[in-house]
Amino acid sequence: MEPKLIAQAIAEALKERYPEEVKEIKEFRGQVSVLVKKERIREIMEYLHDTPELCFSHLRDICGVDYLGKKENRFEVVYQLFSISHRHMLRVRAEVPEDDPTLDSVAGIWDGGNWHERECYDMLGIRFNGHPDLRRILMPEDWEGYPLRKDYPMKSDLGDKEWKGLKKVFELSEKNKIYEMGDHAKER
Amino acid sequence: MPKSAEGLETKELTISMGPQHPATHGVLRLVLALDGETVVKCTPYVGYLHRGVEKLAEHMTYLNAIPLTDRLDYMSSMANNEGYCLAVERLFGIEAPERAKYIRTMVAEMSRISSHILWLGTHALDIGAMTVFLYSFREREWILDLFEMLCGARLTTTYVRIGGVRNDVSQEFLDSLYKFTDEFPGRIAEYETLIDQNRIWLKRTKRIGVIEADEAVNWGLTGPTLRGSGVPYDVRKYAPYDAYDKVEFDVPVGKNGDVYDRYRCRMEELRQSTRIIRQCIEKLPLGPIMAPEASKVSLPPKDNVLKDMESMIHHFVLITKGPIAAPEGEIYSAVEAPKGELGFYIVSDGTGRPYRMRVRSPSFVHASVIPRLCEGSLIADVIANIGTIDIVLGECDR
Repeated sequence: MEPKLIAQAIAEALKERYPEEVKEIKEFRGQVSVLVKKERIREIMEYLHDTPELCFSHLRDICGVDYLGKKENRFEVVYQLFSISHRHMLRVRAEVPEDDPTLDSVAGIWDGGNWHERECYDMLGIRFNGHPDLRRILMPEDWEGYPLRKDYPMKSDLGDKEWKGLKKVFELSEKNKIYEMGDHAKER
Repeated sequence: MPKSAEGLETKELTISMGPQHPATHGVLRLVLALDGETVVKCTPYVGYLHRGVEKLAEHMTYLNAIPLTDRLDYMSSMANNEGYCLAVERLFGIEAPERAKYIRTMVAEMSRISSHILWLGTHALDIGAMTVFLYSFREREWILDLFEMLCGARLTTTYVRIGGVRNDVSQEFLDSLYKFTDEFPGRIAEYETLIDQNRIWLKRTKRIGVIEADEAVNWGLTGPTLRGSGVPYDVRKYAPYDAYDKVEFDVPVGKNGDVYDRYRCRMEELRQSTRIIRQCIEKLPLGPIMAPEASKVSLPPKDNVLKDMESMIHHFVLITKGPIAAPEGEIYSAVEAPKGELGFYIVSDGTGRPYRMRVRSPSFVHASVIPRLCEGSLIADVIANIGTIDIVLGECDR
């Protein structure tokens, strides 16, 4: 069977099993994505992972998308699933509202989900309940704000409110100028 | 605290390895808690090379973002370019012409060879075999010279375009590459004579950093790092792109999932890549190198801009008015980069810029498995474990 049709069938089966949760099934360029509510995401993921006929053993990716002003629920967390034994793929998108940006972690199902969720938290500020170690990962620990949000500026316009770490680097470089070649030669 | 035989007190020692450490292959920092020479706890810290590629791409046109992908995994920029351009092509519904597909397959395999021999050299150097490093860099130089001949750049190539490639290959390039494929299998054998039977090498790699097949899949490992555990998952076979369905090659897999098996996998992949390149040169069809419908997103070849009216109009419109809107939708597209599965997830809102571009980089996932491999092992094996998962921090931190 064509991969598109298999994914369609899986999506339909998922809707039959969780009629309340599955909101929309979309197909674009042969890839099927399912939009679900966030409340029972862990249960849905466990079903997709554990059912032998589905066997989504390979979690390719988790990422967040910020639909500021475009959609009713501001964030979406996107899971790219793939089954190595059956060679089919499915994309699951979970809606996350702005006023409560939390959802259940899937790091207990796939170990690989751990860092993806940490990055999603770091970049978009979405919190994952039950995550073993939810800390910032790419940005410094004391960073303020979530860079991949659409209302986060591309270039810094923070002025005095600039990140402390960067100020420290500039101060240090100012201080270390006395060690530069030119001045050193003068001293001698 | 436990007391040793002489009544001296012992305690756990915490050391910070990196971010500046010759064996961490970039700026990776590991905080290790040691009990004697055994690693009790290992916490990796990444992000020192974070440049915000995903954020930058949101503010660029699809064409503009190609150079950003060079700087992800700077050992194999061709494979990154290819991965990104394929994702955009799938979004727009463009298909590259046959000749371009073969050329892309060829250059992607060249970058696989270049990446694997760099890995071999540095990995062996870390474990203590200096000589291989010098030999492997000799062949890497040849590949990089070929890249320079092809597109003028050695590392940050930006050669692949949306809907094709930047320029056609020359006969001189093909001849030199064909000669390379003649000689390279002999060179691989040469590397192997240096380390394959070496007792120190075997002691330091066999049964070190073992990860079982199920666990490796669960961690999301891909590429040779996964195949060393015996899982034959290879995007080139599972979802063939470009010309991979038209060439013959095998996917080598290991058995034990240790450092040695992953090393064997990569060595066999070098042979398979040589085989693919050879077939690509032999089968290379004639024809155009850019898809005609790609003129809406990619700049037309400069020669045509100077000679033909339509190309000039496309060029002018692309630069002044910006790109033609992409169809609304989302796409996830993966390629088999030298390090593993490199995926691009692009959300398009119907404008000429990606609304969201997510890079699923193999190195990021592989770095997350370091604690699993290192905890309980000796501190000397930490180096072997970092080497064997083949990470590059430019791609990990993006």
